Amino acid sequence: METQTTVELVEKMLAGDPRALARLISQVERGDVEVPEIMQRIYPALGRAYCVGITGPPGAGKSTLTDKLTELARREGKTVGIIAVDPTSPFSGGALLGDRVRMQQHFLDAGVFIRSMATRGSHGGLPQTARGVIKLLDAAGRDLIFVETVGVGQTELDIVETADTVVVVLVPEAGDAVQTMKAGLMEIADIFVVNKADREGAERLQRELRLLVDMHAQRNGWRIPVLATEAPKGVGVEALYAAIAAHRQALQESGQLAARRRAHRRKELLDLLQHRLLAALVAQLEKDRVLLALVEQVQEGVLDPYSAAQQILKDREALWHSPNS
Amino acid sequence: MATERKIRVLLAKPGLDGHDRGVKVLAMALRDAGMEVIYTGLRQTPEQIAAAAIQEDVDVVGLSCLSGAHNVLFPRVVELLRAQGADDVLVIGGGIIPESDIPELKAKGIQEIFGPGASIADIIRYIQEHAPKRS
Ligand SMILES: Nc1nc2c(ncn2[C@@H]2O[C@H](COP(=O)(O)OP(=O)(O)O)[C@@H](O)[C@H]2O)c(=O)[nH]1
Ligand SMILES: [Mg+2]
Repeated sequence: METQTTVELVEKMLAGDPRALARLISQVERGDVEVPEIMQRIYPALGRAYCVGITGPPGAGKSTLTDKLTELARREGKTVGIIAVDPTSPFSGGALLGDRVRMQQHFLDAGVFIRSMATRGSHGGLPQTARGVIKLLDAAGRDLIFVETVGVGQTELDIVETADTVVVVLVPEAGDAVQTMKAGLMEIADIFVVNKADREGAERLQRELRLLVDMHAQRNGWRIPVLATEAPKGVGVEALYAAIAAHRQALQESGQLAARRRAHRRKELLDLLQHRLLAALVAQLEKDRVLLALVEQVQEGVLDPYSAAQQILKDREALWHSPNS
Repeated sequence: MATERKIRVLLAKPGLDGHDRGVKVLAMALRDAGMEVIYTGLRQTPEQIAAAAIQEDVDVVGLSCLSGAHNVLFPRVVELLRAQGADDVLVIGGGIIPESDIPELKAKGIQEIFGPGASIADIIRYIQEHAPKRS
C-alpha cells in the first residue's frame, strides 16, 4: 500500500478519484488526526451540493426510493452522492449495512458514489461523522446528496439539523405510530411520502397526514405535500422528485435556505466542541489521580455527582491548558 | 481525537446462482463479531463488486459462488481491485469449490478459500488475524 499525504489525497479527490474520496471518508469516520487539515483544505469547495434526507422506519422503502430518485437525477445529468446509514448493534459494535442491495443499477455509474455508514457511537439516527462525509461528497462535486437514515421517534432530529430538505417516508402499517407522534412529525418533515401505496390503508394514512398538515400553520409559506409512492415500480417517484425541487426553490426564494444552513453550521460547531471537550475531559480524568478519586467516590455512592462535577470543572483552567488534550 | 477502527467487510455473490442464505448467515455472524458488513446482493459482476469495494473502502472482500464459475470470477475481482490501486484489500472466497482449484485461485490473489466444511468461527478468526492494518 502506498502511503499518501493528506494533501495528495485531497488533490486526487478534488480531481475526481473515487478511491481517494473513499479513503478520506474512512479517515473522517475514524476521526483520524488528519481530519482538521482535510476539512480546512476542502472548505473553499463547499456549499454547492444540495442535501436531501430520506428518513423513516426500517423497511419503509427508503433505499428503493433513493435508488429511483437517483435514477431521475442522473437522467438530468446531475451527479449523486448517497450516504446510507444503518444502526450499529449495541451488543457487538458491528453492523449489517444492506442498503446497496436496492441500488445495484448505479454501481458502475461514475456519476453515483454510494457509501454505507453505521451509526457507531451516536445516539440518534446519524453518525457523528456524517456531516464531515457530506462535506467530502460536496467537495468532490456531487450535485445532489441523499442521506438515508433510520428514523423512529426522536432520532430524525439529527437529519433535520443536517439536510436541506427532509423527506419522511411512512407506510400504511405505521398508521398507529403516526397517531402517537403527530406533532413531532410536523417538526421534521418537509415532504411526507406514503410508500407501499399498493397496500391496504395507504389512502387512509394519506388522509390522516393531510389533516395533520392542514391543522398546523404553514412554515414560511411551505405547505408540506403528502405524496403516495410505490417505490419498486417507480410509481409517484417523479412527483416526489419534483416536490424536492419545489421545496428547494421555495427555500431559496424565501431566504430560508441560507437561514437553515447558518443554523446547521452553528449546531455543527457546538456538537463538535461538545464532542472534543468531553473527549479531552475524559482523557484528562483518566490521567489525574485527584480527579479519578472523585469519580470513584461518585461510583461508590459516597459523593454526589453534582459536587464532583463542580470540583472537576473548577480545575478546568488547568485542564484546557495542559498539553495533549 | 480518538481513532475508531472497525473491520469493514464487503460480502458479494458474483455469478448467476440465486442462493444467498449462506451469505446472510455469515453477514450476521460477522456483525455479531463486531464488524461492519456491507452486503450488495445477488448476481453481481466482478466490476460491480470492485466498484462497491472501492467506494466503501473495505478491508476485506468475501466472495461466495455456488455456480462453478469461481475460477473466472474470483481472480477477475482481484485484478480489478489491483488495477484501481486497492491492492491491500484482503480477498477471500467460499462456496462449492473443488480442492483442485484452490492452488490456482491462491496464486491469483485470493488469499484463502473456505469450503463447505469451514466453520463460521474459522472465517471470523481468519479475518481478524489477516485484515490489513490501516492507519
Ligand atoms: N409492496 C411494496 N413493497 C415495497 C415498496 N417499496 C419497497 N418495498 C419493499 O420493502 C422492502 C424494504 O425496502 P427498502 O427500500 O430496503 O426499505 P428501507 O429499509 O426503508 O430502506 C423491500 O423488499 C422492497 O422491495 C412498495 O411501494 N410496495
Ligand atoms: Mg435501507
